[in-house]
Amino acid sequence: MTDVLDAPATTPLGQPIKRTEDPRFITGEGRYLDDIKLQSMTHLAILRSPYAHANIRSIDTSAAKSMPGVHAVFVGADIPYNPLPMAWPAGGSAGITNNINTPRVLATDSVKWTGEGVAAVVAETPEQALDALEAIDVDWEPLPAVVDSEAAIKDGAPQLHENAPNNIVFEWSVGDKDGTAAAIEGAEVVVTQRLVNQRLIPNPMETRGDIGWYNPGTDEYTVWMSSQTPHIQRLLLAAFVTGIPEHKIRCISPDVGGAFGTKIFTYADMPLVMFASKAIGGRPVKWVEGRRENYQSTIHGRDHITYVEIAGKRDGEVTGVRVKTYANLGGRLSTIGPGIPTTLYARVLSGCYKIPNVYAEVTGVYTNTVFVDAYRGAGRPEATYVIERAMDLFAAEIGMDRAEVRRRNFIPKDQFPYENPSGLGTASGGAKIYIDSGDYEPAMDKALGMVDYAALAAQKADARDRGKLLGVGLSTYIEVCGVAPSKWIGAVGEGWGAAMWESANIRVHLTGKVVVTVGTQPQGQGHETTYAQVVAAELGVPMEDVIVQHSDTLGTPFGYGSYGSRTSSVGMTAAIKAADKIKDKARRYAAHMLEASPDDIEIDGAEYRVKGSPDRKKTFQEIAFALDLAFDAPEGMEPYLDETAYYDTPNCTWPFGTHIATVEIDEETGVVDLVRYVAVDDVGNKINPMIVDGQLHGGIAQGVGQALWEGAVYSDDGQLLTGSMMDYVLPRAAMLPNFELDQTVTPSPVNPLGVKGVGEAGAIASTAAVANAVVDALSAYGIRHLDMPYTPQKLWSAIQSAKGGQA
Amino acid sequence: MIPAAFDYRRATSIDDALAALAGGDAKVIAGGMSLLPLMKLRLAQPSMLIDIGRLEELKGSRATADGGWEVGALTTYTEALEATELDFTRECILGIGDVQVRNRGTVGGSISHADPASDLPALLLALDYSAVLRSTRGDRTVPLDGFFEGAFQTGIAPDEILVKLVRGPLAASAKGSYLKMAHPASGYSIVGVCAVVASSGGAVSHARIGITGVGEVAYRAKAVESALLGSDGSPSAVAAAAAHAADGQTVNSDIYADRDYRSKMAEVYTRRAIDAALGR
Amino acid sequence: MGEHISLTVNGARRELDVEPRRLLVQAIREDLDLTGTHVGCDTSQCGACTIHLDGKAVKSCTVLAVQADGASVTTIEGMANGETLHPLQTAFWEKHGLQCGFCTPGMIMAAADLLARNSDPSEDEIRHAIEGNICRCTGYHNIVAAVRAAAAAMREGAAAPVTA
Repeated sequence: MTDVLDAPATTPLGQPIKRTEDPRFITGEGRYLDDIKLQSMTHLAILRSPYAHANIRSIDTSAAKSMPGVHAVFVGADIPYNPLPMAWPAGGSAGITNNINTPRVLATDSVKWTGEGVAAVVAETPEQALDALEAIDVDWEPLPAVVDSEAAIKDGAPQLHENAPNNIVFEWSVGDKDGTAAAIEGAEVVVTQRLVNQRLIPNPMETRGDIGWYNPGTDEYTVWMSSQTPHIQRLLLAAFVTGIPEHKIRCISPDVGGAFGTKIFTYADMPLVMFASKAIGGRPVKWVEGRRENYQSTIHGRDHITYVEIAGKRDGEVTGVRVKTYANLGGRLSTIGPGIPTTLYARVLSGCYKIPNVYAEVTGVYTNTVFVDAYRGAGRPEATYVIERAMDLFAAEIGMDRAEVRRRNFIPKDQFPYENPSGLGTASGGAKIYIDSGDYEPAMDKALGMVDYAALAAQKADARDRGKLLGVGLSTYIEVCGVAPSKWIGAVGEGWGAAMWESANIRVHLTGKVVVTVGTQPQGQGHETTYAQVVAAELGVPMEDVIVQHSDTLGTPFGYGSYGSRTSSVGMTAAIKAADKIKDKARRYAAHMLEASPDDIEIDGAEYRVKGSPDRKKTFQEIAFALDLAFDAPEGMEPYLDETAYYDTPNCTWPFGTHIATVEIDEETGVVDLVRYVAVDDVGNKINPMIVDGQLHGGIAQGVGQALWEGAVYSDDGQLLTGSMMDYVLPRAAMLPNFELDQTVTPSPVNPLGVKGVGEAGAIASTAAVANAVVDALSAYGIRHLDMPYTPQKLWSAIQSAKGGQA
Repeated sequence: MIPAAFDYRRATSIDDALAALAGGDAKVIAGGMSLLPLMKLRLAQPSMLIDIGRLEELKGSRATADGGWEVGALTTYTEALEATELDFTRECILGIGDVQVRNRGTVGGSISHADPASDLPALLLALDYSAVLRSTRGDRTVPLDGFFEGAFQTGIAPDEILVKLVRGPLAASAKGSYLKMAHPASGYSIVGVCAVVASSGGAVSHARIGITGVGEVAYRAKAVESALLGSDGSPSAVAAAAAHAADGQTVNSDIYADRDYRSKMAEVYTRRAIDAALGR
Repeated sequence: MGEHISLTVNGARRELDVEPRRLLVQAIREDLDLTGTHVGCDTSQCGACTIHLDGKAVKSCTVLAVQADGASVTTIEGMANGETLHPLQTAFWEKHGLQCGFCTPGMIMAAADLLARNSDPSEDEIRHAIEGNICRCTGYHNIVAAVRAAAAAMREGAAAPVTA
């Protein structure tokens, strides 16, 4: 990594500048949700179902209501709000039915997973609220449960919802069914495999929480929430859940302690604290999720069972891929649950390969588990896992080197923009959504060089001498970022029926200081630094003169929030457009001040000069001062430099790269060590390479976590067996190596910065790299596939079976 | 996250603690590393906590007159780590919890709590420790072999407090090792094995094998010990002895490691621990 | 039911009345308004609540406030000396050892415990010393780099903590 800089040498853009938000975090002065303490604040606790599937016969809250400090106890019937919204049904082609069932604020008649909320207590202190929960008596009628998606759709399985026969949420498909069938039937080689992409618990270090405050004086609500999407939450809470007019709700997301997708969504606790605050007369009501609650009631990720068939020729050409996936969506649907295993998964299944025939069917399934929605990568890690495992299986079948099979099938660099056959499709108005750019071989070659891939056999022999099985795994991934434009993701039913643009407002105050307000919402990505880098570079002002404000629906322009690696490509382009408007007005005013034509004003950083007369100039700050005072404004020009821009990108962006993991397995115990991790990523231009590296590190660690350790496990009757950090294995420092990063740079042609996005890339690539490494190590025993996570017992058992069952 | 309410009494002496303990549904708390997590999840709801954490007489570890060693019940893992001269005791302690837990958790707390997957019982069993228990009836010394009666159950009577752990001198030329396969989330042992062995004249003259995580309680693998004693300590002899690691045990089974696997790992880790102790 | 306790927190004596069940982390956050110490789990696993109790790193979610009566407590708010950051704070900033910042105070407190015992830890020693602290953002890569950098700076004489 380059040395970090306190201040940029020339332009701050592209420099590894220390983060401006860090001083508060390293001194303990960050303000997360639970750090907020309001006058007369009360505390709410939620009683959650101990059963995965049960009817509620009755709830007796009388004892709880008389407990010390208790202000109110609510059950589902007390709350007149609608069920939570389903914003992204599976769509995109005609005739797709979504059998929708979403949670209520508190369950009324039945519960569908262990942890669904059924009652709530508001008390003076958190202790009193928890104490009172224990005094609530629910008369349960337990019902049979099902937790596995394949089991749930079988005849005779417990039925969760009347409107969803056989527990099917939707049956969706994409691609050329007949063409793919023909390609597979006529192929020289077909490899098939069942792949389980296990359920994960996302685990941001800060759990969720909300504070609701109803102001009786103004009839307005303020909701503090640990959220990635305060504007969307205000919209959804108003228009779909509470019926309270949108302008009467203000949502504020304070510092957010990690999110990874979990904080995109509308959760029942949000309207609950609003309702509760009004019900108790306008005292603020705080709810903070415990970690065990987080495991039971905040979304999980992944949970696919997939059957893949990959077909091709013995010379290495892949000619077809067919996939059938069962996506477990939980007991009721989360906000965009169905969108993840459809649009964000199956439409990018062919990865970075030019595969002429691709067809995928996806069945969304209800089970008695907590809902599944977007977790870092959201659909794209699942797709990458399928295609990258499939490429290895295919290579093994035809006896060709894995890197060479990949090279043989890469989309050639002269074929961009490339329209992939699993079909990102066509936006309304006919615009194609395509893979914008790419050059895949240099990244792979660089990574292969870093691990000395040519010497792999010698590395394996050396490990074998030490009693270890060494394996190396490749993942040559691509990722769709930005999740745009609106006319595609919204308008043609591919997305959440809304837009996906972003916004930025720039105000230049009289003193020359610049305030940027944005609709995106950071959760650790350093947006206060990177937006400032972009705007400072655009306006030619020092970075320290720029402040970035976000996360409060009061005072920021509407924005769709931060997820899908979209803030740099969409949000920061909006900031550039706002800066362009500022510069345009400054130019016109400079022309007025300098008695020149605007066309004759040239801009060099903060200097606005008359062409050919370099002494006739005004600084940006002088222009701002004069225009803000407006004592001498030309006819028709409004005072002040204050411009807002909305930006809807014409297309998604497509980072790519090659990650290579090296693992060693202790043959006698099955214990696997990740001994080396190399990543060559192409995320286009970088606004702050230090932050880019950090995003990659974190993503890689999460993806490695899935391959080696993580997995949410439910018992057959729906109890979460990995219900705490004592059982759910999160990567810790001593379990990981340092990561070796390198890059290629292929700027995206889609946006002026040439950026692509990096928030999810590490997580998308790394799971498959480690999985392929483990299987490569086990190939010494003829093993061709094993499902994650690679616990010691699983590896040991596989080795024993391969040896002929001799334990 | 927050325990149910309870009364709190800070003991001013062991006698004071013993008197309070006679009062009924009370629990003794020292570092709290075992008890407080249960109370926070409200899986334990004692009506009274007796805090013995300030009783200086229960702190510290020291050599005894007979050449053995004693460890006060309130000695923290970190203090025990700093005091010990045995490398395998260091290995064992460094694998327990994390720095924060070791700074706070006590030796006596671990032994009293008797988690079937905690490491200290296996270590102390292999070192032939005994527990010194005190009540108003007086002191008694109980060997740890047999002390662990079931998961979270010990031979400590309801009116007794563990005051220290004691052992005699090590066998001549004894060496040891501690090896564990930790659950990667909790850090507790799937299998933890302490081997203390000595050789004399080409034959194994002393063998103590403590195993945790495998059975209902931490135990001495006596079948391994007897197979090893008198053998030449060769790799094949060690392997043959280690095959008895789970003899007689009802082996634990969970989603991370089932019975068969855990039994096999008990054997592998026992073999490796003995080999390591023998200097291989 | 209230117990009266006194603590020396970041060098200042503080008197509190607490319920016996009040956790030290609650006392620090809610009674003393030092919200830099965070709560990330309920099973003593994540380490976000790590503070120094009488100079040693402990998880303040697993200590009763009454147990700490009379003790000296150092939190993240006590690490800097006025405007001068602790070398660990500086290093976390310069090495990008934090993203969302939620684990950071606990991570810094755990690392400070290590550096008090070992002025020149290896990468492996650092990784083991922070195994009681979970970070979900950084993959630990830059945290390890930050601790190494802080150790080097402190060996070269950068200011160590002065409060408490």
